[in-house]
Amino acid sequence: MANAFPKTPKLDELEKGKWPSFVTEIKMAARKNPMSRDLLGLLERSYDEKLGHWKHGGIVGVMGYGGGVIGRYSDLPDEYPNISHFHTMRINQPAGWFYTSDALRKICDIWEKHGSGLTNMHGSTGDIILLGTSTDHLEPVFSELQKIDFDIGGSGSDVRTPSCCCGMARCEWACYDTMAACYDFTMAFQDEIHRPAFPYKFKFKFSGCPNDCVASIARADMSIIGTWRDNIQVDQAAVKEYADKGMNIQRDVVGNCPAKCMDWDGKQLKIENAYCRRCMHCINALPKALAPGKDRGATVLLGSKAPIVEGALLSSVLIPFVKMEPPYQEIKDVIENIWEIWCEEGKNRERVGEFIQRVGMGNFLEAIGLEPTPEMVAHPRENPYVFYEEYFEEDEGETEAAKA
Amino acid sequence: MQDRRTDYGPPHYEQFLPPIIKENYGKWKYHEVLKPGVMVHVSHSGAKLYTVRAASSRLLSIDKIRMYCDLADKYCGGHLRFTSRHNVEFLTDKFENIEPLIKDLKAIGHPVGGIGNSISAIVHTQGWIHCHSAATDASGIVKAVMDDVIDHFENMKLPGKLRIALACCLNMCGAVHCSDIAILGIHRRPPRIQHDKVKKMCEIPNVSASCPTAAIRPARVGGHESIEIIEEQCMFCANCFTVCPALPIADPLNDGVSIWVGGKVSNARHEPMFSKLAIPFLPNNPPRWPEVTTAISNLVELWAANARKYERMGEWIERIGWPKFFKMAGIEFQKEHIDDFKHAGLTYKRSTHLTF
Repeated sequence: MANAFPKTPKLDELEKGKWPSFVTEIKMAARKNPMSRDLLGLLERSYDEKLGHWKHGGIVGVMGYGGGVIGRYSDLPDEYPNISHFHTMRINQPAGWFYTSDALRKICDIWEKHGSGLTNMHGSTGDIILLGTSTDHLEPVFSELQKIDFDIGGSGSDVRTPSCCCGMARCEWACYDTMAACYDFTMAFQDEIHRPAFPYKFKFKFSGCPNDCVASIARADMSIIGTWRDNIQVDQAAVKEYADKGMNIQRDVVGNCPAKCMDWDGKQLKIENAYCRRCMHCINALPKALAPGKDRGATVLLGSKAPIVEGALLSSVLIPFVKMEPPYQEIKDVIENIWEIWCEEGKNRERVGEFIQRVGMGNFLEAIGLEPTPEMVAHPRENPYVFYEEYFEEDEGETEAAKA
Repeated sequence: MQDRRTDYGPPHYEQFLPPIIKENYGKWKYHEVLKPGVMVHVSHSGAKLYTVRAASSRLLSIDKIRMYCDLADKYCGGHLRFTSRHNVEFLTDKFENIEPLIKDLKAIGHPVGGIGNSISAIVHTQGWIHCHSAATDASGIVKAVMDDVIDHFENMKLPGKLRIALACCLNMCGAVHCSDIAILGIHRRPPRIQHDKVKKMCEIPNVSASCPTAAIRPARVGGHESIEIIEEQCMFCANCFTVCPALPIADPLNDGVSIWVGGKVSNARHEPMFSKLAIPFLPNNPPRWPEVTTAISNLVELWAANARKYERMGEWIERIGWPKFFKMAGIEFQKEHIDDFKHAGLTYKRSTHLTF
């Protein structure tokens, strides 16, 4: 019976304990919503069988957009008819995940009318996830969202919804305005977000400093991470205050410096900034005393991804330092060049990072018009299998350089 | 009838910022953690902004979101935000609001914490709630693990930060590959090929190309145009199932969980690192996955007891060496721990720097 509250002895176990319970959340929704009631029943069954019951496939979406809706179907539609279709809608979150209660309530009202009453705040990529509705409700949801200025995010082989840390809104370490940049890029690439045209997905994540609170170095095809070029700002009196309050500056700050570029004599903290690696540790440890320098910008890195298909990658340096000022044209020009070569030469479901591995970073840099710099590598090559492109040719006793 | 709008993007963030943030945007001087789950940011102007961070299950009903909204109205002028690890944060310039807010949050089942040297919320995926390729549930394990380590969420007694993440299959929608502790759903048997459906449902060249180890070839089977899978080459990533629904791989008997340790994304001290395999397989044992929660509690306590101040899991293991880690953790080292994919040779021990 689709409208009876299912018996869920296994799930009920997960209502015990101090951590907030997702089961309690589903039950809250299930009091009003038959989809969530069926979801409880289906999930209990998965807990009994140790097996998922969802199928993917089928193209569902809203008119004019190719991404942003994830089609989901139960493989037991006769037993759980209310969730035979149970699609996800990804809604582009506001930068930094800041909300007013008014905006959130409007989203809740739409979802009460048209969906399961369940959400994820937020999905792994950063979107507001409206979890589960049927095909005929997709367009009405989008219609309602238009009235409250919320748009749909990315899915499939497109630009995925960009995300960022809270940056200058609530962090003293932000080396650039992450929320402004995230919003700017999101607006600049609306077409690429909504209409998949790439070999595979492309993610942007904006972190304000090398602490990288949105994990962009691991989770974004383009990682834009704040940094500075000049000297760490030091308030010596405040350093002394930390020491007087019991902080072991020598062991816990100087001793943890990866560049070994600091010295503490009990009164003064000396930093040899020419060798500082901008790791953030000393600034993290002494937030009242130290701050990033004043000449701030970002390091742009490229290519990180999870394992599928060819193995996980971390992003690697593409532009060691760039000032982050709107309209960010220097970065956007590079992006256009990257997309051009990747769309032309990339294989189906080949991320940018994998593409670079396949064609070689040197060739890739040539194709996008960037000069190689030592900041791009952990170390130069170790193997001598070099594809030399310059050589000399004998020419009637003269030697001249030729290009292959 | 309204005009249909498209490509207007998200609402501009500025309208959601509390006045104190608008006034001090880019002017923050420093912050202090006042107590677990509560911090203050101090501006060059002298203004103070208090943040209260509370646990959330990520999967939220609209009624719970409305409760959050009520609290935001009551204490924070209607403002709130969420973090990259699914926590909810309430922002106020009124110090006197902190305690009643914490009390109200706890009353609706949301403990406060996750700041500083603590375990923050577990970034995770959909699992059996909504995923087609899940090898395990996500929310259930997260709930069971966090119930177990809740003390480390609500307090700051750890040497450094500890980030746990969970992905329910190798797709890693939760990008767990750079976490102090990663919980990863795994399959251990190749897909079962529905030969009568492959041609109808899938593009065979795409299916072949989807395999990281080139184990899939086009083949004619029982009169059907289909594929064959070289079993010795399959490492159960489920990528072929994602492009071809006629290759189901989920298997209640053999699916389970692997545990990975020592990754990080922050550049602080050590450069970012991938997580490495600690425990190749633990069974799916819903609803509370006792084998998984025990393993994780043991790893957390081992690190907490032995790491130096600020030392993340991976930095600690790098200092003491992996053999010592396996010995101290009581984990048996097996063939599965040795990499055999691309560039595996770079992970062999190529020195005599050994401890005994």
